[in-house]
Amino acid sequence: MQQVAAFILLRNILHRIIFALKSVNMRKTVSDLLLIDNKQLNKDNFLLKLQSKTPLSDIFPGQFVNVEIKKATEIFLRRPFSIMDVDYENRTISLLVKILGRGSKVFTEYIPGELVSVIFPLGKPFTLPLPNDRILLIGGGSGVAPMLFLAKICGLKPEQVHMILGARSATDHVDISEYEGLANLYYATEDGSKGEKGFVTHHPLFTHQLESFDKIYTCGPDPMMKAVAKEAYKRKLFCEVSLENTMACGFGVCLCCVEDTKHGNLCVCTEGPVFNINDLKWQI
Amino acid sequence: MADLSIKIHDILFKNPVLTASGTCGFGKEIQDFVNLESLGGVVMKGTTLNPREGNSYPRMAETPSGMLNAVGLQNKGVDNFVRNIYPGIKDIDTHFIVNVNGSTIEEYIAVTERINELEKIPAIELNISCPNVKEGGMAFGVSCPAAEAVVKAVRKVYNKTLIVKLSPNITSITEIAKVCEAQGADSVSLINTLLGMAVDAEKRKPVLSTVTGGLSGPAVKPIALRMVWQVHNAVKIPIIGMGGIMNATDAIEFILAGASAVQIGTGIFKDPDIFEKTISGIESYLDRHKLHSISELIGKLQM
Ligand SMILES: Cc1cc2nc3c(=O)[nH]c(=O)nc-3n(C[C@H](O)[C@H](O)[C@H](O)COP(=O)(O)OP(=O)(O)OC[C@H]3O[C@@H](n4cnc5c(N)ncnc54)[C@H](O)[C@@H]3O)c2cc1C
Ligand SMILES: Cc1cc2nc3c(=O)[nH]c(=O)nc-3n(C[C@H](O)[C@H](O)[C@H](O)COP(=O)(O)O)c2cc1C
Ligand code: FES
Repeated sequence: MQQVAAFILLRNILHRIIFALKSVNMRKTVSDLLLIDNKQLNKDNFLLKLQSKTPLSDIFPGQFVNVEIKKATEIFLRRPFSIMDVDYENRTISLLVKILGRGSKVFTEYIPGELVSVIFPLGKPFTLPLPNDRILLIGGGSGVAPMLFLAKICGLKPEQVHMILGARSATDHVDISEYEGLANLYYATEDGSKGEKGFVTHHPLFTHQLESFDKIYTCGPDPMMKAVAKEAYKRKLFCEVSLENTMACGFGVCLCCVEDTKHGNLCVCTEGPVFNINDLKWQI
Repeated sequence: MADLSIKIHDILFKNPVLTASGTCGFGKEIQDFVNLESLGGVVMKGTTLNPREGNSYPRMAETPSGMLNAVGLQNKGVDNFVRNIYPGIKDIDTHFIVNVNGSTIEEYIAVTERINELEKIPAIELNISCPNVKEGGMAFGVSCPAAEAVVKAVRKVYNKTLIVKLSPNITSITEIAKVCEAQGADSVSLINTLLGMAVDAEKRKPVLSTVTGGLSGPAVKPIALRMVWQVHNAVKIPIIGMGGIMNATDAIEFILAGASAVQIGTGIFKDPDIFEKTISGIESYLDRHKLHSISELIGKLQM
């Protein structure tokens, strides 16, 4: 266990250096990955694990894949999903897929052994925290995926990492007990059936201790991210959000996914999906 | 092995497969997937005189077998192209073509003149057919006098290969094609996107911020083929065909209908390997049909 921790730490230090030098191997590829596991977590959420034949390039929290849902021939474009976990040794990536419409539904019906065409890794990741940072991760819905990935590889001690997960009801929360050793986990549900009652922004950690955090990261429904961003902005705290604008290509050529930012229309798929709230034009 | 090269005016393309404007950036953006030197050519994204922010989000709607876009020619302007993009592409061994746009004839001329100075750009594609901009754009491509005026004006200041990109949003595409030919266009490319619309029934709102947008992808292929065929029968200048090409068979269909070359746009969003597959697919088609050269197929639809 200690060896693993040391390895993760070393890897993160390396990542940070490579990243600072901007020479990180971010070559995008399109490849057929083998679905090796598909687990239903609750009514609408599935955990899909895909394996690559070749070694994976470096992948960071916030980055995503663009998946062709070939089985649903009526679906023309690919569907983007955040990367929730990477296992370099076994060359696998995990995705948390929430059923929204036809594409996500058919994707969750794939069975292990089938091949899935995936373009990855795409997008710019979250800024990794510094060794002494106290960080707050806020995830809602399938937005927990990149938060979990960040918690796992940020290289911080568990007491530095706090994560609030929001959902409508207890049954909408996915079981993430395996992350318990990595972070302090808190829950909020709209109906009060698990953790605090209300939105993530009603959680006492958020309402009373926000300023104790050096970095705040969030991914989830727009209204949730905006509510988080608003409080962080007021207090001039570092805050990054991960946007989910609809995409056609996912790799920066169609210019369909733009977000109106202080630097003009920027592609969410290449300049994002992670943005610092100071760069956005949200009315917060 | 069969000869895939084709000629448009005085440019020799190593094969008939080019990127469609607005779908592959300036080429560099697709280099992770595509060896640019394996392409016949790269038609780069629409360029205007001044930088344009394009339309607001949402700019895209998925539709059956295709998509609507309302990007609205977002680009950093011709100066940025000349200064920051051109130096990085000029030594790549394929033909880079600039898609020239404007809201007035003066703007088309100004952009063209800047591009004319660039030694390694052998051609421009004059876009008189963008449906996503308020002024100019498609307005030039849907009336014969307007098309005549802009092609004539640009021809005067441009002596390299002039390709004019035609709009399908018109009663008779052959009339416009003939006007372009008469004004000295060396080639016509078609089709640009078809004006369309998408509605979100739940929200009771249009999906696109602009309400209407341009349809592309396999949904438009039958219309595009018909137009290529009609234009092939109406003009003598070479045609570059596009609209919904997803594989080598689609490309061959356009060539049989009269296109000398093809462009692929929306197809790369689905399959970034589409260029490689299409080019090798054309090769094997020629081998299978015992043809020595792709040019033997152009317009050879058997009636
Ligand atoms: C960078 C990025 C990362 C993402 N990560 C994840 C993830 O980890 N897990 C996950 O489950 N989902 C994720 N999503 C969202 C996922 O891509 C969509 O849920 C999926 O594309 C929906 O496809 P569908 O065919 O099921 O739904 P559709 O039939 O396409 O859509 C169903 C309804 O949802 C609306 N809709 C679809 N996509 C979006 C969107 N992006 N924003 C707003 N409304 C939309 C449509 O307008 C429609 O009303 C991510 C999206 C992006 C851009
Ligand atoms: C997102 C997008 C942006 C486009 N931008 C341009 C453009 O800037 N200039 C242009 O002449 N055509 C533009 N087009 C049209 C394409 O070049 C092409 O004519 C059309 O999409 C049909 O081909 P396809 O079905 O292979 O995409 C654009 C198309 C799409 C989908
Ligand atoms: S989705 Fe095509 S540029 Fe972002």
